[in-house]
Amino acid sequence: MENLYELLEQDIRFEEGLNACMNCGVCTAICPAAEFYNYDPRKVVDMVQGKDNSEIESLLKSDTIWYCGECMSCKTRCPRGNTPGFVIMALRTLSQRLGYFTESEKGRQQFAIKRTVGDNIFKYGYCAATYAVNPSMHPEQGPIWEYILENSDDVFERLGGQINGIGTGPLRKIPEEALEELRKIFDVTGGTDFFKSIEENSKRKAAEQGIQFSPSGTDNDYFVEVYTANSNNHTGNQE
Amino acid sequence: MKPEGKKRIWSDYQKEMADDKFFYVRSCIRQSFFPGSEQFFLNLMRNILGKDVYENPAHTTCTGIGYHSDIVLPATIMTVIARHFALMKEAGYKNIVISCVTSFGLYTEILETWKHFPGELEKTREYLWKATGREFDIPETVAHTSDIVYKFRDPIAEKAKVSLVDSNSGKPLNVVEHIGCHYAKMFPKSGIGGAEFPRVLSGMIEAWGGNVVDYPERRHCCGFGFRQYLVQANRGYSVSNTEKKFSSMKPYKPDFVLTNCPGCNMFMDKWQYTIKELEGISYGENGESIPILTYEELAGLVLGMNPWDLGLQYHMVQPEPLLRKLGIDFDPADKFRTKDGRQMPVPENLINA
Repeated sequence: MENLYELLEQDIRFEEGLNACMNCGVCTAICPAAEFYNYDPRKVVDMVQGKDNSEIESLLKSDTIWYCGECMSCKTRCPRGNTPGFVIMALRTLSQRLGYFTESEKGRQQFAIKRTVGDNIFKYGYCAATYAVNPSMHPEQGPIWEYILENSDDVFERLGGQINGIGTGPLRKIPEEALEELRKIFDVTGGTDFFKSIEENSKRKAAEQGIQFSPSGTDNDYFVEVYTANSNNHTGNQE
Repeated sequence: MKPEGKKRIWSDYQKEMADDKFFYVRSCIRQSFFPGSEQFFLNLMRNILGKDVYENPAHTTCTGIGYHSDIVLPATIMTVIARHFALMKEAGYKNIVISCVTSFGLYTEILETWKHFPGELEKTREYLWKATGREFDIPETVAHTSDIVYKFRDPIAEKAKVSLVDSNSGKPLNVVEHIGCHYAKMFPKSGIGGAEFPRVLSGMIEAWGGNVVDYPERRHCCGFGFRQYLVQANRGYSVSNTEKKFSSMKPYKPDFVLTNCPGCNMFMDKWQYTIKELEGISYGENGESIPILTYEELAGLVLGMNPWDLGLQYHMVQPEPLLRKLGIDFDPADKFRTKDGRQMPVPENLINA
C-alpha cells in the first residue's frame, strides 16, 4: 500500500498547514464545526502527524474529515502557525483521488456538489447563478426566491443586471470562448479528470448499494440519497 | 521616513489601496442575489466618485465555492485566477478589485502561495499558456470592493443625504457589522485592521453617523461552511451557527446588520426566515427580524438613492422599519415596479412587510 503521509506531503496546503502541532486545542476551541458536530480538529491533526498509515486510511474513509466548514478561523489562532483547515483540505482531496470518499455518508456528498456546483461551472461559468438555485432544493430561500425566479427578467432589469445578456453586468452570459478557456484550464490542470473520478467512484458505489444512477443531472435516486441522507449520528457526544 | 512609535505598531494593520483605475471582477453570489449592490458599486465609483473601473465580460467564476467544497484542485483555481490577471494585463490595468470575500481570500492566498512556492507560479504560467495562450502579471494592488468603499467613506459622508441616526430620537443607530471569515482571518495583512481590529465596516458605520455594536459572537462565522450549506443534509450546521450569532447579538438591539461578504448577507437574511418558520423566533424588537444590508446598499441609502433601485425589496427581511427610522421618504407604490414603471405582482409572506 502507498504511504499516505507521503501522498499528503505532495499537497502544498499540507506543507503549509502542518508544521508541528503541540496539541493545545485552540483550533477546536474556535471551530464552528466542533461546536455542533462530533469533530475535533486537534485530534485530526494529531492522528495525521502520527504518520500511521492505517490511522490515516481510516480518516480518509471516515465522516470526520467532512465536518469542517473551511471558515479557516483556525488559521488565525494557532500559536504554532498551523492551519488545520488546510490539513483537512489535503485529506479531502486525497480521499477523492483514492476513491475512499464513497466509504462515508458525508464523503459520498461530494457527488452532489459535483453535480450542482461542478456542473454549473462548466455549463454557465458560474459556481452559483440565480436560475440554478432551485427552490425545491432550497426551501430556506423563502417566498422571495420563488418570486425572483418567476419575475427574474423584470427584477434584474430594474437592478441593472442582465440574465444571459451579451456584454457586461450581473449574470451576463459568459461568452462561449471564455467557457471554452475555462474548460481547457480544467483539462490541463487535472480538474476534469478529478470530476471524472468523483463520477466513476460514485457510479461504482451506487451499483454496490443497488441505487439507481444516471450519467448526468440531479434527477436520479443516488443524487437524492447523497443530498439528503442523514444518519443523525454526527452530533452530540458519541465517540 | 520610517514610521515610529504607535504609527509603527499600527502600520501592520494598514492597507495600501489604489486611488483609481481598477479592474473589476464580480461575485457569483452577489450578482445572483444582490445584483443591485454590484451595480451601485459601479455607479458610485464611476458616476459619483469619478473613478475608472473596467469590467471585461469574459471573466468567469473564480471557482472558489467549488474549491472550498473540495471539488476543484489548487492548480485549477490558481490558473483560473491567473486568467483573470491576464485579462487585466491585456486591458492595461494593475489594480484588481474583487466583489466577493471568498474570491478575495483566494486571490490573497494564491498570491501568498506563489511567494512561498515560486515553482507553483511557474507551473501556473505554463498551464495558462497551454490552455489559453495568455500571459499574466502579478497585480500591484488587490482590494475587496468594501476596502474601496471604506477608502472613500469620508467623501461619501460629505455627499450624504441620510445619516445613520434615529430620526425620532436623534440617537445613532446601533449597527452590527459582520466581516466574513475569509476577509482577514486567513491573511490578516490583506484586510483593513487585520483579523484583530477589522475596520472595513465599522469605519463606514462611524463615518456615516452610526454606533458600532460589540457582542460576544461578533467574529463567529455566519454558518455558510460551503459543503455544510450546499448539501441539504448538512444545513443544520449552517443554521445552528447563524442562530448562535443572532442569539448573541439580540440583547444589544441592533437596528440592522451590515455585511462584507455576499454569502454572509444571504445567509443572515434567509436563515432568519427559516428560524422564524421552524421555531417562531425573531431577533429584532417587537417581533420583527433584523434587516441585513450590504455595504453598497448602505452607501446607496446614505447617498439618497431610491431603496427599490438598490434591490432592498428582494431580501426576505424587508427594510421598511429601518427606512422609517432613518427618516427616508420612500414610495411604497414603487416597490414592485419594473424599470419602465409597470406594476409587478406583489410577493406574499415576506418578513417585516
